[in-house]
Amino acid sequence: MFATVSPVETTWPDDAPLVSVRDLSFRRGDRMIFNDLNLQIRRGQVTAIMGPSGTGKTTLLHLIGGQIRPEAGRIEVDGRCVHELNRQELYRLRQRMGVLFQSGALFTDLSVFDNVAFPLREHTRLSERLIRTLALMKLEAVGLRGARDLMPAQLSGGMARRVALARAIALDPMMMLYDEPFAGQDPISMGVLVKLIRTLNDALGLTSIIVSHDVKETAAIADYLYLISEGRVVEHGTPEELHHSPSAWVDQFMHARPDGPMSFHYAAPPYADDLLSRDAG
Amino acid sequence: MIAILTGLGRWVLGKLARLGRANLFLLSLLGALTFLFKRPSLLIRQLYAVGVLSLPIILVSGLFVGMVLGLQGYANLVDFGATASLGTVVALSLIRELGPVLTALLYAGRAGSALTAEIGLMKATEQLASMQMMAVDPFPRVLAPRFLAGCLAVPILTGIFTAVGILGGYFVAVMQLGVDGGAFWAQMQAKVLLFEDIVNGVIIKSFVFGVLANWIALFEGYEALPTSEGVSLATTRTVVITSLAILGWDFLLTALMFGVW
Repeated sequence: MFATVSPVETTWPDDAPLVSVRDLSFRRGDRMIFNDLNLQIRRGQVTAIMGPSGTGKTTLLHLIGGQIRPEAGRIEVDGRCVHELNRQELYRLRQRMGVLFQSGALFTDLSVFDNVAFPLREHTRLSERLIRTLALMKLEAVGLRGARDLMPAQLSGGMARRVALARAIALDPMMMLYDEPFAGQDPISMGVLVKLIRTLNDALGLTSIIVSHDVKETAAIADYLYLISEGRVVEHGTPEELHHSPSAWVDQFMHARPDGPMSFHYAAPPYADDLLSRDAG
Repeated sequence: MIAILTGLGRWVLGKLARLGRANLFLLSLLGALTFLFKRPSLLIRQLYAVGVLSLPIILVSGLFVGMVLGLQGYANLVDFGATASLGTVVALSLIRELGPVLTALLYAGRAGSALTAEIGLMKATEQLASMQMMAVDPFPRVLAPRFLAGCLAVPILTGIFTAVGILGGYFVAVMQLGVDGGAFWAQMQAKVLLFEDIVNGVIIKSFVFGVLANWIALFEGYEALPTSEGVSLATTRTVVITSLAILGWDFLLTALMFGVW
């Protein structure tokens, strides 16, 4: 049976989570992004956090990575509260995290090879020969060993994201965070990325968190899904469970239906009043 | 009335907060400089980017400014039969004022705006964030090399600008207008003092201008909104604020170094 979650009652998976988010609240200006958000990420699994655009999925990744601090609540990664760590401890923790940014975020003044070698050169004292071997292995894993001498400007969007993925796994992290990995990809690149994320997770023994609103691709590789909206977890469960959820909201989101409880329109005054209003602005 | 006062108060508080952030930013930059002893290659690469690549504009501008000074000086001094002092006029104008000020203004326009755009774009394309998520602090790795390279490059460029300017003045005055070459150099040698003029003007003034120009350029890039419009605004602000800061500080430094107070 699927796990239907109310914002207050939550039943967690049994095994010890790698990431635990408890009673998280966060706001930007006057806008509440998260209000008592709770979720847990199990080790070794691919967990997807999904929801409509603007629900704060990327913000949640930033909070897990310690880039921003929550207003209230706790975020623990491998048993350590991220926002209570000092700078040195946070950087030590981040060496065990890999992040794939939505834009790829490759360093534009470095070649593909140097981008992948960057974390190895910064954090290890390995010889240049060994760094070369490791960087080529990572590039081979994403199928781009032959593109090692290209500059980021010469790569397609899909290739840039695969290079960024090779860079993110360069230090063999325990956890990978993917921010909208499938956005703006052509079908072939998307298929390659989908396969790569799953394969890398299993082959390297990672724990992966994918933030996405691409339902089909994400559900195809995720072990567990969280759906968030309006700052809370609306529902969570396996992809199969959520596909058969009786919730009208979940049904609309998972099956991309235009009609349902989720409104297409941003909150606005009545249409007729707006049109007949004398205010020019 | 209350609304105007509230708005004014908010504006002043916003500016003070920004000034505070700028000062903290400078402290972080200074604290990160020691990293460059471990990785001098980062500094050398930036010296090339902000220094060597600024040479063409500095050389050409210096030459023309010196030539104009030679022409203007000659036109005024010839009435008094004092064209032998032209070397002193050209040299002191360049060493004390025009060299440091114009070099810093040209540097702000070429290298300062480029620094702001580069850092702003690195922020907009999440390169700085990705560096932080790879547990690499961008202050020592990205910002400090650019800052130190700029601070070193501006005095060197000022020296080059001044030297080329004097040669330009010599070309116009001696080779074109017939001023005596021996008098041109001898007067200059007699009147220009090493510490009062050259150290104060070419070294201290230009170093202060270099710190100002690079601090403002990097801070504006780091604080830029991560959008194309934000980077564009930050680049414009860099040139405007740096120009005003250089002219204001030039008055202060001139008053301290050469003033009568």
